[in-house]
Amino acid sequence: MAGAGNGAGNGSGGSGIGARVPRKEDARFLHGRGQFVGDIRLAGMQDVAFVRSPIAHGRLKGIDHPADAPVFTAGDLDGVKPIRAVSGLAGFKASDQPILATGKVRHVGEMIAACVAADRALAEDLADQVEPDIEALAPVVDMARARAGDAPLIHEDWGDNIFLESRFEAGDLARMDTAPVTIRRRFRMARQSMAPLEGRGVVAHWDRLARQLVVYSSAQLPHIVRTGLATCLDLPERRIRVIAPDVGGGFGYKGILLPEEVCVCWLAMQLDRPMRWLEDRHEALSAAANCREHAYDITIHADHDGRILGVDAEATVDAGAYSSYPFSACLEAAQVASILPGPYDLPAFRCVTYSAATNKCPILPYRGVARAPVCTVMEAMIDHLARAVGRAPHAVRLTNLVRPEQMPFDNITHKHFDSGDYPECLRRLVRMLDIEAVRRRQARGEADGRLIGVGLAIFNEQAAHGTSVYAAWGIPMVPGAEQAFVRFTPDGGLEARIGLQCHGQGLETSLAQVAHSLLGLPLDAIEISHGDTGLSPYSTGTWGSRAMVVAGGAVAEGCRLLGERAAAIGAHLLQVPADQVRLDGGRVVSATGSVSLADIAATWYKRPQDLPGDVDPGGLEVTAGYKADRDTGTFSYAAHGAVVAVDTETGMVEILDYAVVEDGGVLINPLIVDGQVIGGAAQGIGTALYEEMPFDDQGQPLATTLADYILPGATEVPAIRIDHMETPAPYTRFGQKGIGEGGAIGPPAALINAVNDALTALGAEMTALPMSPERILAAIMAAENTEETG
Amino acid sequence: MKPAPFAYHRARDLADAAKRMAAGPGRFVKALAGGQSLGPMLNLRVARPDMLVDISALADLRAVTVDGDRVRIGAGVTHAMIEDGAVPGRLGAILADVAGAIAYRAVRNRGTLGGSLAHADPAADWPAALLALGGELEIHSAGHGAGHDADGSRRLAIDDFFTGIFETALGDDEILVAVTLTRPGDDARWGYAKLCRKPGEFAMAIAAVLVDPARDIRRLVIGATDDRPILVADAGPLMAAKFADAELDALMPDFDPPRRALHRVAVRRAARMAGL
Repeated sequence: MAGAGNGAGNGSGGSGIGARVPRKEDARFLHGRGQFVGDIRLAGMQDVAFVRSPIAHGRLKGIDHPADAPVFTAGDLDGVKPIRAVSGLAGFKASDQPILATGKVRHVGEMIAACVAADRALAEDLADQVEPDIEALAPVVDMARARAGDAPLIHEDWGDNIFLESRFEAGDLARMDTAPVTIRRRFRMARQSMAPLEGRGVVAHWDRLARQLVVYSSAQLPHIVRTGLATCLDLPERRIRVIAPDVGGGFGYKGILLPEEVCVCWLAMQLDRPMRWLEDRHEALSAAANCREHAYDITIHADHDGRILGVDAEATVDAGAYSSYPFSACLEAAQVASILPGPYDLPAFRCVTYSAATNKCPILPYRGVARAPVCTVMEAMIDHLARAVGRAPHAVRLTNLVRPEQMPFDNITHKHFDSGDYPECLRRLVRMLDIEAVRRRQARGEADGRLIGVGLAIFNEQAAHGTSVYAAWGIPMVPGAEQAFVRFTPDGGLEARIGLQCHGQGLETSLAQVAHSLLGLPLDAIEISHGDTGLSPYSTGTWGSRAMVVAGGAVAEGCRLLGERAAAIGAHLLQVPADQVRLDGGRVVSATGSVSLADIAATWYKRPQDLPGDVDPGGLEVTAGYKADRDTGTFSYAAHGAVVAVDTETGMVEILDYAVVEDGGVLINPLIVDGQVIGGAAQGIGTALYEEMPFDDQGQPLATTLADYILPGATEVPAIRIDHMETPAPYTRFGQKGIGEGGAIGPPAALINAVNDALTALGAEMTALPMSPERILAAIMAAENTEETG
Repeated sequence: MKPAPFAYHRARDLADAAKRMAAGPGRFVKALAGGQSLGPMLNLRVARPDMLVDISALADLRAVTVDGDRVRIGAGVTHAMIEDGAVPGRLGAILADVAGAIAYRAVRNRGTLGGSLAHADPAADWPAALLALGGELEIHSAGHGAGHDADGSRRLAIDDFFTGIFETALGDDEILVAVTLTRPGDDARWGYAKLCRKPGEFAMAIAAVLVDPARDIRRLVIGATDDRPILVADAGPLMAAKFADAELDALMPDFDPPRRALHRVAVRRAARMAGL
């Protein structure tokens, strides 16, 4: 049979791979007809409110609560185990994150008791009556303090406050000592809080017929949540079904098993009633959704042309009090050492990283994990280097970027860059921004006195990496092959089920386009379902920008196999040999006739007497698997550029232009990719200019509502211009690359460089994110003071 | 984030509202108008009133009346009504500009002038703007204590209204009923500047300037403070000194240098808008 091979473009008719198809999901989302956890109503359902620690560090001596009310504390959770996310990296210290505080509280917002009532308001009334008796201990609020020898201990048995210290060095380190140009800087990136439109939420009940705990959770990794719940609750996994319904954004926050989920499940079983907890924004901000927070001390060594001779860095990540499941507390810091070199060809590299424990809530993975801070630091340093050697920032980058003829390229940290033309990407961006025109405008000056700056950033993004990468890391979750279940329905439609989950990425559309490319069925005859452990093959879920690579590969393989089986039946019906038919436009076609997939499905299901004698008894459904030819990951890459105007009186920054050139390999749906880039860039603009979760010296979070935690809105995100390059990935099914996070990686780097470019005239520079008006003014004032005293 | 239990009474008229507000000692009663600040405070359980008296249905409070050069604006008039021109003339234009920059339209549709004043957030617009414009507040209660008319009303200069951050001279049983402003003269000059991280956010710095030669008024207000807004009732000397840094800094000794700089910028931008 021909035609069911690669499939790309086969009978696509404008809706296959590469087509800018509007999302199938839009019909329900844009009309407010989605079904989220908060939309689920079960008879007799009770609401749960949690009593949370008001202080950052203390010894829990007792809990006073009304005697005959449904208030539950750690002592009640008989047999429930704490959440334990280990890493196999040498020296990692594990933490036990209790479901309800046990012995100590280690961050503001840690759960102390669960209160159950008929609705949330009543549950909060009950929570009001619970009075924990906590003896305050000195808190550790800052990661530098956490590393000090005399700091109070967060986990007493550790002996220090370091989850993991990792070291990497390679290359000709000695050359760094004699480098003619040496630049050293320190950087700080604020702690942020992820802000998906929908918060976390869970509804759990015991299904007596299925003898299962059924858990609806706003989750990205339903199968991993099931494993985590089974471990904590000591249940066989077959006794738990996790369903992620519509999920209103994840960004990493919903890739974590929360103690709240464990507690609500325990309550549902203990009280034998449906239980619900819906996170409110106050809880998300103050107790859970924290992310990022890096500190760097970095030195770059180079020659007079700006060729980098080596990079020497120390990075500390404030990992908070506990190691979160499944990605662990070293997710950020351990990656820093491997990705700091970025897309550059470094001859020498040394990096020490610390994952520091503090009395703050655990740090969780956020879109562009570790990459956004790393890219900011590296790209800011390249600009400093360019200024030091008197060359244009893009010229110094071109000197150091991995060149296309070096691809595939194994870099100094053993990352295998699969394909691409990084210099061309940067050159296109420079043309798009028309940097010469920006320089002329800069030289003219602005009527309103603002300073113009232009900044560039280029980075690559490892995505969809698999077993070979994660096995070495040794976390509770190592991805292997990915499967999809695919079936023709009796009327000739197609059902595909995947084990990962879609929380806004448009997978129901993109994967339908993949199926369409293989089988030619119209998109509205293809149903992609996901996020249900009871219905789908196993998957580690949606994370690491992997969905279109791994699920795309699995759906394609399933469709290919189904296509073969359908073709065999079709050939029989057309009375020609099986090698003389092909699939085209939803039909099996021979030289003399054709039969529709619907007729073939009807034959299999309803008229088996018409099937060939040697028909595959597996029928028209199949679970097929996929693993990339090489699982070290795809490397999409992008260059971001920004032109800003900085008001030196107020410290406020306006983005005048923002452009992106990206290469995500073969794009399945460029419209959706554009959306991913724009949405990610909005978040990156938040990282660069607005978002910050500050704490006071007692560890109290200070941005506990959206009045204090500032997110970029429609007026802060400019029209983002996007240009695509398409270098096919050599190891994936269609040449596609993971592209989900890149949008969020570039903006902090491009914007800090743009602001620094603008501030150069004043001798000021930014070394911390977000670049708030106060920080920009302080930098300008510091430069003025230096000038006066110097 | 659900409120603690409270009783709710939708007032029929001002007398009914005032009667309910006079709940007696130990009972905490709050007037509810647009609820744009009180609502979140209830949800966060920062405010835990025993009873809310909803005054949003009182038509008297939503009226704007003009009497010669005096304009009386009901406390229940929403920001959106002012933005859309409920107050006539030059004064109306000044107020519409301020109103149009408050938060977002959805907030402006419900939030009221009186609610904003009574809430007394120094980072809000109306406390600073109306303090600069000057005026008189009409306050009502069921009691007939000192300073009250026979019908339970009293009048208070806005200069004496704000007593601290989120604190006013309003008694527990009192309802803010209206603000009366004097229309500025034809040669009056007005400037208002607000610095926000983004539209709709609370201000980092606010400044309002009114110069009304006909009435010999030169007022400056600095908002977004940690206490009540700073009122310079006679800003003549400051203007003569061209709003010099040192003079302005002396008004805000507790601010750190970047914050002081932001407020200086707001003052100068307001002054520039007023042609000073």
